[in-house]
Amino acid sequence: MSEREKILSRIREALTLSAAVPGHPQDHLLQVVSEEEAAQHIHEWLPAVGETLEDGLALFAKNSYELKTDFRLVDSEEDLLAQLAEMASGWKKIAIHRGELTDAVCGKLGLPVCITDEGYDASYLESCDVGITQCDCLVAQTGSVLVTARSAGGRALSVLPPHHIVLARRDQLLPDLPSAFALLEERYATNYPSFISLITGPSRTGDIERILVLGAHGPKQLTVLCI
Amino acid sequence: MTTHAQQFSSDADRTTRDLEQRAQIQSALRSYEVARDAHKSAFQDWEAARQTAAEIKWDAVNHLDQYLSEFAEKLQARGTQVHWASNAQQARDIILNIIRANNARSIIKSKVMTGEEIHINEALEKAGFEVVESDLGEFIVQLRREAPYHFVFPAMHLKRGEISELFSRELGTAPTDDPEELTMIARRVLREKYITADVGISGANFAIAETGMISITENEGNARLTCALPRVHIALLGIEKVLPKLRDLALFLPMLATAGAGQALTCYNSLYGGPRQPGESDGPEEFHVVLLDNNRTHLLADKEQRDALHCIRCGACLNVCPIYRNVGGHTYGTTYQGPIGSVITPHLRGLQDWKHLSNASSLCGACTQACPVKIDLHHHLLQNRRNAFTENPAWREKLTFKLFRLVMNQPRVYLFCVKLSRLIQPLHRFVDGTRLDPALGWTKTRKLPKIAPQTFKEFWQNRK
Repeated sequence: MSEREKILSRIREALTLSAAVPGHPQDHLLQVVSEEEAAQHIHEWLPAVGETLEDGLALFAKNSYELKTDFRLVDSEEDLLAQLAEMASGWKKIAIHRGELTDAVCGKLGLPVCITDEGYDASYLESCDVGITQCDCLVAQTGSVLVTARSAGGRALSVLPPHHIVLARRDQLLPDLPSAFALLEERYATNYPSFISLITGPSRTGDIERILVLGAHGPKQLTVLCI
Repeated sequence: MTTHAQQFSSDADRTTRDLEQRAQIQSALRSYEVARDAHKSAFQDWEAARQTAAEIKWDAVNHLDQYLSEFAEKLQARGTQVHWASNAQQARDIILNIIRANNARSIIKSKVMTGEEIHINEALEKAGFEVVESDLGEFIVQLRREAPYHFVFPAMHLKRGEISELFSRELGTAPTDDPEELTMIARRVLREKYITADVGISGANFAIAETGMISITENEGNARLTCALPRVHIALLGIEKVLPKLRDLALFLPMLATAGAGQALTCYNSLYGGPRQPGESDGPEEFHVVLLDNNRTHLLADKEQRDALHCIRCGACLNVCPIYRNVGGHTYGTTYQGPIGSVITPHLRGLQDWKHLSNASSLCGACTQACPVKIDLHHHLLQNRRNAFTENPAWREKLTFKLFRLVMNQPRVYLFCVKLSRLIQPLHRFVDGTRLDPALGWTKTRKLPKIAPQTFKEFWQNRK
């Protein structure tokens, strides 16, 4: 018998005795909240979000402020480029991936570009001043950016350089976490990317006397530019 | 040889006298409490969320065989190698074999409590490999060659001065009092390691059966780098980590962050569903998932305490526990400290050796109330006490309860004993606090209460 079978048979043996559901009388074995019910009601339990896009943007901005994410709304592609160009004054080289928004603006910055889709050297990527990516969506409820290996140029681009810039469109803003997971299911259910991450603020730690320090191992700065 | 119980008792004696350390822990946990309460109150209905989380985990654990098989099949379908380990030795061998097969030299680790449980670092070092912990807290305790103080905040017992001294001694850096500078020292040292390491070892917070993915929750980004850059990624996790559906994370991620760290969501919540897939620009060539039993099935077989496997290791029960706050993390001598550790360690490592942890409790129930998945922690402590006694009755306890029953069942005997003790008590001061004192366990740290001059019954009869 393989170890897999041994473990599974120990589990089956153990489960011949049934255990009570927490929060219910001892012998009560029925699940009270069904899966469908939970999926429906979860919106009513998690932190509140507004109804309109404006509410969502305001909440995302508020959460960004608390998380120390630099969140900026821009009006046009020109504006987006202008904001990037302003930030770019101290940069020597940048890293990006191929995408509608990244292609539209990053080439115009006039800096050497490392494109991760074409394969890259980890030390070189580490030495880039900034990693610029797109995303799958923004989540107003938590101020998060949802990225995947496919939408954001792989696993390292959004975590290895010291500054991560996300280029997003307003229509990518979703109200809450359940809708972000629904989007993942809808977009990838037949073939998920091998890497998915919800990024909520720049990298941080509180491991020394519980004092907040940004940029523990990942980016010290996170900028979200929303067009 | 000292037993675990004697060790616990002497360590607790020492640590409870260390007022400075206690003050540091209390103040760290107070700031956690403020943040946790703020985020908890942002939930529209925390109690409903808690109930649902408990029921989802109940479903997962009570159909563990089905969900585990589904999880493993989904992973394998996308090129992940899944390994099953019944015990610590098997898990260590599996990991060592993977590393040897890849001719690896250096290994980077992100936080994995299951790794502490099987002592993987010692095994790897003994076999001649370099292992570096990348989580800042774990990096610090690894340099100090000690165990984590708390399974969420490993270095919460250390002051910045001690960390600065440690870094100067071990890494040759200039002393500093600034937590930011200290963090940057670790960042510089570890950046080099991520890029050169051949193998990354991580744990997992959740295992998603539906899609065959592991979910890792962190703040620093060290786990993301560990899973992105090395050629081989090994994830080690307990079999109880399963969640049925991907969308369950919409509930569990914010609850884990709120209960565990007092955050709305931790900085990075990442899912890994395989090695680098066709068309992807990076990621490991090999992805191995090691599923560890190590007596979890023993706990599963105890239907009374099975819900202890619902634990998502948020650490909320440690943070509110009056015992943990005063004896500190190292006193437990276990991988998992605090109330959850006291409940599960007897199952993982033997009831008779670890039953003393269940006695080190005020049974206040703060842990049960804090638990985001409603584990009935303080009742499980009572059940451990009962089970330990049933399995191995101690003659002294037996005799005590026999006498107690005899006295309490007969009012005359009871009254006689009360009167007798009133007469005897004045003599107690001659032995108070000495080795002849029969109440030494109490009088070591407290005064013995004085027996009232009259019983309630006497008072009632004599009242005017």
